[in-house]
Amino acid sequence: MSEFVGYVLLSVGVAFDVFACIGLVRLPDVYNRLQAATKCATMGTSLIMLSVFFFAGFGPITIKALLCIWFILITAPTAAHAISRAAHRSGIKLWSGSVIDKYAEDREGADDKA
Amino acid sequence: MNVFISLLLLCMFMCLYRVGKGPTAPDRIVAIDIMGILMVGFCAIFSIITRKDLYMNIAISWALLNFIGTLALAKYLEGRGFDE
Repeated sequence: MSEFVGYVLLSVGVAFDVFACIGLVRLPDVYNRLQAATKCATMGTSLIMLSVFFFAGFGPITIKALLCIWFILITAPTAAHAISRAAHRSGIKLWSGSVIDKYAEDREGADDKA
Repeated sequence: MNVFISLLLLCMFMCLYRVGKGPTAPDRIVAIDIMGILMVGFCAIFSIITRKDLYMNIAISWALLNFIGTLALAKYLEGRGFDE
């Protein structure tokens, strides 16, 4: 029974990773790709790690897997934020179909004050 | 298990396609970041197969090193120092 739950979690996690990479290949610009890839890959890899718990039971492997989930949940959004900020500041243009750019408006306002 | 490993390998090749095609530097950095996260998933599957915690140690250190590397690349792209 517990192996069955493990297989289900593993399948869902790998499916999320596949969707992340499809988004990475198919979407039009950096920000959209970042959006799809980071969220899906974080979720997918966390589910793979969680499935380790159902395959191996309590033990060193499971504790390290939970620790690894914690690291990934903290580091992946931080890295994504750093990349998107760096891309915007280094002048990468948004996709032509984008409708709003709040960060540019904020930066213009800050420049006017300074 | 072989199915899952094959699917993750397929994901890796899709990331490699994005690294090769570009067209801008942040695209490549995103693809490298996702490759690192996929590698952590690989290590988890290996540790399920072999029931050894050696691969989990690799996964933890890989996750942290990947984070530091991505931050360094992003800061380099931004053209500013680390002491901001």
